[in-house]
Amino acid sequence: MQLALFLIFGALAVAGAINFLLQKHPINSALSLVVVMISLAILYWSLGAEFLAAAQVIVYSGAVMVLFVFVIMLLNAGKEEHTHGSRAAYLVGFPGAAAIFCLLSFVFLSEGKALGAVTLGGHLNDVVSNISQISSLLFRDLLLPFEVTSILILVAILGAVVLARKER
Amino acid sequence: MATVVPISWYLVLAAVLFSVGVASFLLKRNIITIFMSIELMLNAVNLTFVAFSHLWNHISGQVFVFFVMVVAAAEAAVGLAIIIAIFRTRQTLNVDQVNLLKL
Repeated sequence: MQLALFLIFGALAVAGAINFLLQKHPINSALSLVVVMISLAILYWSLGAEFLAAAQVIVYSGAVMVLFVFVIMLLNAGKEEHTHGSRAAYLVGFPGAAAIFCLLSFVFLSEGKALGAVTLGGHLNDVVSNISQISSLLFRDLLLPFEVTSILILVAILGAVVLARKER
Repeated sequence: MATVVPISWYLVLAAVLFSVGVASFLLKRNIITIFMSIELMLNAVNLTFVAFSHLWNHISGQVFVFFVMVVAAAEAAVGLAIIIAIFRTRQTLNVDQVNLLKL
């Protein structure tokens, strides 16, 4: 069960990310990013993070990607053209990304024995549910950072309104 | 139940997603797509947070992912407003033509 979930949705996430990289039109990239985010939500659920799986679907593939698609349609973004500067990026971009991937996966696989394996749902929800654990931590121990994020959101709303307003 | 998945596979999947995010950040020319590849990298990092939270049986990794989501949502709102302002003044979404600060 765990292995099947990981293989199916991990492959879906990687395929979505590769499609995101290869598509020329921004709206196609945005929709393949939605595929990546929803498969990541299912992987979170298989790791025992039910609350984050729901929040991933609602916040990321719901709110954030709708905002992106809305801006793409508002600005009427067409196919991207390749300019002179993007050839240098090809020479640096692919080897750089491959080097980062090789380094990270070497470290993870060489430490693989020490890291252990996953059991479905995890040990997090043995006694109480995942959501009650998160909420007791968030509303008791981390109450001040949680309230500060509301001020951050308020400032972000004001900043977005001021920046996107038509100048007179 | 022999079909368990090693934690390191989840981390390698996150490394794949992060590297694709880095590659598309460097290769894409459209400013909206570049902004979306930042979101892809943030998602990859969130997956490592959840995997390690599972590994240590500790909830604080998931709370950290919650705060990353909050900050990413705020960042998306402000960043898209900046993109709209750039498009309004320069009439382009190509990053090569947004070169006012270039020497």
